[in-house]
Amino acid sequence: MADHLGACMARWGINRMDFLVPPGLYAIGAPTPEAPVLVTANYQMTYDLVRRALAGRNVWLLVLETFGINVWCAAGKGTFGTTELVRRVAESGLAKVVQHRRLTLPILGAPGVAAHEVQKATDFSITYATIRAEDIPEYLDNGERTTPAMRELSFTLYERLVLVPVEIVLVLKTLLVLGGGLYLVALLAGGSGAALTTVLGYLGAVFTGIAVAPVLLPFIPGRSFAVKGALAGIAFSAVFFALAGGALWSWPVQAASFLAFPAVSSFYTLNFTGCTTFTSRSGVKKEMRLGLPVLGGALLVSLLLVLAGALVY
Amino acid sequence: MKGFRYLSNVATLELDQKRCVGCGRCLEVCPHQVFALEAKLARIVDRDACMECGACAGNCPVRAITVDSGVGCATGLINEWLREKKIPGVGGGGCG
Ligand code: SF4
Ligand code: SF4
Repeated sequence: MADHLGACMARWGINRMDFLVPPGLYAIGAPTPEAPVLVTANYQMTYDLVRRALAGRNVWLLVLETFGINVWCAAGKGTFGTTELVRRVAESGLAKVVQHRRLTLPILGAPGVAAHEVQKATDFSITYATIRAEDIPEYLDNGERTTPAMRELSFTLYERLVLVPVEIVLVLKTLLVLGGGLYLVALLAGGSGAALTTVLGYLGAVFTGIAVAPVLLPFIPGRSFAVKGALAGIAFSAVFFALAGGALWSWPVQAASFLAFPAVSSFYTLNFTGCTTFTSRSGVKKEMRLGLPVLGGALLVSLLLVLAGALVY
Repeated sequence: MKGFRYLSNVATLELDQKRCVGCGRCLEVCPHQVFALEAKLARIVDRDACMECGACAGNCPVRAITVDSGVGCATGLINEWLREKKIPGVGGGGCG
């Protein structure tokens, strides 16, 4: 469990230093010793969301040191976890500030925390309240009871959209290296026009896998991310074929484009599983066992096609 | 999760009902409603919805639940395999 969803964390960890809120105990409004204690991460966006949701109320906010990473990712890493929570409770002198012995945690923090161990170490009992910070007011008004809707995950269009820029930034280096290499090879083999077409196609295939397929996720058939990515990639290949004048290419190049681009898209969509909150590690493992040989094969065959085509034509 | 289902028959989640004390903690932490409480015992009602986050296993006071939780993206798994095989990682991608 030490670093589940490692990808996601590193993803969200980008710019983490810009988003630091000092850990510790904060008073929102004028809380009494009876007021609830809400626990959160020192990720600026989460912290702001929580503060905004709690505006006008009187509660305690215990901010854990998660090094600027959001609750879900930090819980996977263990920084939003039992050890940090126990330490923060002790350091803040919480037991003297409040009279009750209850802590309210976000549900997505649960992977990092063992509630019974926190209770053993601090005497505070834990309640996992809601998934979304926006639901906290309703939770408090509801007599601190969680409704089914509050523990139902969502993965809305917006939630998928905000992940895309980070994903793109993460692959920029790879894109530069591979895209540059591809350009040089195609330049030597087929001239500058062919080189430009190849690189544009490659970038388009990556973008399809990394952005288009994740955004359209529920509308692309199948459950496998590799298949979804490949389908999106085939659609991209067709569009690219039409726009780039594919009818004029030799047939091996045509065939290669319909093999290589979907393979590229497929890999990047499969990689997006690291960002979702409904794919399992075992599922991704299975997809990779079955999918990677196919993707590798497709790339190899398209390379051979292009080489053979260059010799013949 | 409404509108999203992942692969069937892959999740490694297991529950040992003989140990369960019926505290309901697993229902409280699971964001995918995988468990139900019946006759004061937890039961897995939707294993295929499990994303292997490990929250239920870590919060079960009697360790009645096991699940293989960990890195869940392609790049991360590749790096993990490379590490297992003692081959230095290739660029790292984005996984920590
Ligand atoms: S957390 Fe463990 S003991 Fe409690 S209901 Fe679930 S399986 Fe049973
Ligand atoms: S591992 Fe996570 S998703 Fe799976 S049953 Fe446990 S809490 Fe639910």
